[in-house]
Amino acid sequence: MPCLDMQNGRVVKGVHFIDIRDAGDPVECAQAYCKAGADELALLDITATVEGRGTMLDVVKRVAEATTVPFTVGGGISDVASAAAVLAAGADKISTSSAAFRQPEVITEMVKEFGPEKVTVAIDVDQNQAMPSGYEVYIDGGRTATGADAVEWAKKVDSFGVPVILPTSKAGDGAKTGYDLPVIRAMKDATAAQIVASGGAGKLEHFYEAVEAGATVLLAASVFHFQMIDIPELKDYLRGRGLDLL
Amino acid sequence: MISIIDYGMGNLRSVQKGFEKVGHEAVVTSDPARVAASEKVVLPGVGAFEDAMAELRQRELLEPVLEAIRADKPFLGICLGLQLLFDVGYEHGEHQGFGVLPGEVVRFELPSEYSVPHMGWNQLQIVHRPPILEGIEDGTHFYFVHSYYVAPKDDAVVATTTDYGGDFCSMIWRGNLFATQFHPEKSQADGLKILKNFAELPEAMEPTVAKMLGEK
Repeated sequence: MPCLDMQNGRVVKGVHFIDIRDAGDPVECAQAYCKAGADELALLDITATVEGRGTMLDVVKRVAEATTVPFTVGGGISDVASAAAVLAAGADKISTSSAAFRQPEVITEMVKEFGPEKVTVAIDVDQNQAMPSGYEVYIDGGRTATGADAVEWAKKVDSFGVPVILPTSKAGDGAKTGYDLPVIRAMKDATAAQIVASGGAGKLEHFYEAVEAGATVLLAASVFHFQMIDIPELKDYLRGRGLDLL
Repeated sequence: MISIIDYGMGNLRSVQKGFEKVGHEAVVTSDPARVAASEKVVLPGVGAFEDAMAELRQRELLEPVLEAIRADKPFLGICLGLQLLFDVGYEHGEHQGFGVLPGEVVRFELPSEYSVPHMGWNQLQIVHRPPILEGIEDGTHFYFVHSYYVAPKDDAVVATTTDYGGDFCSMIWRGNLFATQFHPEKSQADGLKILKNFAELPEAMEPTVAKMLGEK
């Protein structure tokens, strides 16, 4: 699942959620990834929460026109109304993070309004040994530590019927040092949700390790945008390691 | 003309766009007269069974849908558009469907290692190959999002099955009536191939197909 991080209508990629580099036009990227055999796409408006803007609906519309796979949109989706606008623009699913953490009832409302299959909850995490699971929830694009245990929060999200949880490792983001496997494993064991591995993919082996840890969807950005790994190559590799893939 | 029936259940642009990508025009419409006048009909939809029937009723679309099926027009149901063809659905109580196919729509009851909704890519096992699966290999993956599945009383209508904690019916076929549990419009080139095959079906059923059905 290639993830298009968006800022001012362009695809960008940061390291540890900051230090942003330009990576292209979103529609061109989406088309290229569909052609290359991506199974899903994610579009994340990385600055929406921080700057208090809504997600760029016109970009969502244009990307929807260009894609032939399901795509999830996140960033700045704070309530049912903003989620409804993004879905109406053509997104298949929405992802919410900071707003969901601040007001968990937003999750319940979205599940009721759109059905659970439309809702993904993203959880930005970083290691913190003071937490029971060793991981703390971050919000506002990784800028605000919450003091809440990440696995406990995942359990609560699961209890609302959310079928997909997307933990992104702050340490791993853009660093290409591998997914944060313990947090994937812990969330997989603690919930009934599908876990999306996100943050840190840099080598083919990293994708395989995430599947072994229990992830069912593998999200990456840098390695795809900067042509370090292409999707057919990745699929061949994972098949070669005995995984049942598309 | 292909009509995609709009009854307020889900984003239909993706289905229309799917047809466009393979060179066929389709209109998104909630006009009963337009549905009645079209050569081919697509009934998509996501959401709850009960709401869908209510929305169709309110827009006076129940009769045009039934009429298209009775007239043996090429008809494609997608996801909820498959489920509605059956007698009864058990989502939030018991609700009547179109009753075109005998059987029920039931919720997945699976061990906890299977998450519900069944969401993601999964394979088709082809039981009876319908013309719209021409060029699609057995075992090809398609995109699914659903918590309920159809249990037809008549096995002869099962075109494909898919394994998710056991086999369920992922596509039905009877004459010119086709319906998929998966989303061809979200399933890359193979999904678009199905839309293309559907769009290019002859308007009247081929005698060979009629004969094959007669032999079943």
